[in-house]
Amino acid sequence: MTRWCSACAPDSLFNERPRDKRDRRNEPPPLEFHDLTVAYHKRPVLWGIDLEIPKGQLVGIIGPNGAGKSTLIKAAMGLLPLNSGWVKVFGEPIKKNLKRVGYVPQRESVDWDFPVSVMDVVLMGRYGHLGLMRRPKKHDRDIARDCLEKVKMLPYANRQISNLSGGQQQRVFLARALAQESDIYFMDEPFAGVDAATESAIVAILHELKERGKTLLVVHHDLPTAKEYFDSLLLLNMRVVAFGPTEEVFKYDLLQSTYGGRLTILSEVAEAVREKS
Amino acid sequence: MNELIPAFEWQQHVVAPWTTGLKSTLWIVLMGFFVATACGLLGNYLILRRMALVGDAISHSVLAGIGVAVVLALQLDTPTLFIAALLAGLAATLIIEIIHRYTRVKQDAAIGIAFTSLFALGVILISMKSGKVHIDTECVLYGEVALVPLEQFKLTLAPALAGAVDKLPMSEVYLRGNELVMAPDVIRMGFVALAVALLVWIFYKELLVSSFDPALAFSLGINATVVHYALMALLSVVVVSAFESVGAILVVAMLILPGATAHLLSARLPVILALTVLHAALGTLMGFHLATWLNCSIAGAFVVAGMGLFCLAWLLSPYDGLLAHWHRRRNRKARTAQRKLARTPRARETENLPKPLPVPPQLPALWARSSIG
Repeated sequence: MTRWCSACAPDSLFNERPRDKRDRRNEPPPLEFHDLTVAYHKRPVLWGIDLEIPKGQLVGIIGPNGAGKSTLIKAAMGLLPLNSGWVKVFGEPIKKNLKRVGYVPQRESVDWDFPVSVMDVVLMGRYGHLGLMRRPKKHDRDIARDCLEKVKMLPYANRQISNLSGGQQQRVFLARALAQESDIYFMDEPFAGVDAATESAIVAILHELKERGKTLLVVHHDLPTAKEYFDSLLLLNMRVVAFGPTEEVFKYDLLQSTYGGRLTILSEVAEAVREKS
Repeated sequence: MNELIPAFEWQQHVVAPWTTGLKSTLWIVLMGFFVATACGLLGNYLILRRMALVGDAISHSVLAGIGVAVVLALQLDTPTLFIAALLAGLAATLIIEIIHRYTRVKQDAAIGIAFTSLFALGVILISMKSGKVHIDTECVLYGEVALVPLEQFKLTLAPALAGAVDKLPMSEVYLRGNELVMAPDVIRMGFVALAVALLVWIFYKELLVSSFDPALAFSLGINATVVHYALMALLSVVVVSAFESVGAILVVAMLILPGATAHLLSARLPVILALTVLHAALGTLMGFHLATWLNCSIAGAFVVAGMGLFCLAWLLSPYDGLLAHWHRRRNRKARTAQRKLARTPRARETENLPKPLPVPPQLPALWARSSIG
């Protein structure tokens, strides 16, 4: 249990970045964590998280299993009770800014036998924009269709969702998040168990969203691709080990602190680092 | 055998109830339909949320509510019992939730604990006072829908209004001179069924999202916990109103059967909800005539008829049914055989091979599982 303690970096890299660079449009940062602690059954999963995520960043969250990656996202969305600290979205508690947050859950978290079509699932992303008793209008359907087109799933719009491959299911979730038209996106392992074509399609969409000034937090499992896909990385293992631009953070010693003594992963990483540098 | 199953006579068992016996038939069938509709619509969401047995828990806990009312020596009239049973139903859902959340017991086990213990509590409380009050335990468990038409309330109408009502179909059942005569239980259940249908329509989005993906529901500003408890409260109201006619045990069947049947037939929630209502209507009608024929418990016959419809759907469902499976397998075999034959030099015996059956017409997109592929 002391692994993270002795190994964590002295100061997260983010804290050393100049403050004025962040605040170009005088808007509070999209996401702020302050002294966040979350525990399951009295066992801490996240401990003293202090973070500010600047606008327009594509952030990959990496860390070993059980490092609290998904928990961080869920805590940010207000899905979990916090043991201490707070999270702010654009300077306000999450409840006031729900519409600005989009979410791609882990694929296994829903029942794919549910009697809805692909179109229905994507339209769910529009529900936040609809009032009580309002049904999706033509405008919403057009948006949903555009989003499906973007992930190349439009031909499948009328399919029942159980008749999709894993990669297609993931694209449907992505289309639904796009239909939410949010400013921050949380994605929980969007690359888990998808085919290569879907993976590159998702990466392209992530970058497009970033270009449009959206902030994205993506939980990622695969170290070698992490370096290619993300321009900033958050190394997490119960505490923030490091947060900053990928080239500054994707370093052997920091990754070692994150992954502790897991030698198999370490050797993989060492290889990846050697290849790149 | 002949003594057990009476001969089926069309005139006596199907026509007569709708002519000479219309007065009781209409109320009984309406009651069954309202119960099955209200239960079935809610049941759909229970099935989707994998909480089918929560209805079981609530219906059994009703006995605890009645027991508490008996022990507290409250007036045993309908509103008091209704409220007591409702509170017991809500207590059951709370107990399930608390056990599930604060211990390591899983939800299905928690349901098992909650409903048996509340049921036992009800048995204890009622047996403690059994000398002083009369409670028909059989009625609580199995229900007696045949008694529904006996209780009546009268409402005097203005002559002009009575004249207008007289022109409605089957007015001889509920109009006597200037008086409107109704079975109060049926009217109450009708309101409950209407309320359920309205609520399902109004909160369609909220129910759908929170059942499919609670985390997304939260990020859309829909509180899945609130939806859960609202659903449970509504379920308690429905179960408590229904148990008088179909009984605590058969309510569970009414909750699950219509929805489960509809799930076999479609993969679109709006269609499923419509099919649920259709199942409720057909099952009630068939059940009623079954009961007239066999002279048996009407509530039991409702459920057996519903089960018959379920089996029929299982057999005939366009994409999941046994026939469809058989049809597909036969076609596949025939096609493989022909392909094999085409590769062999001697292709003479083609005529003797099974020919592929004609492909059924494409189902409408709303109904079918997929519009392509």
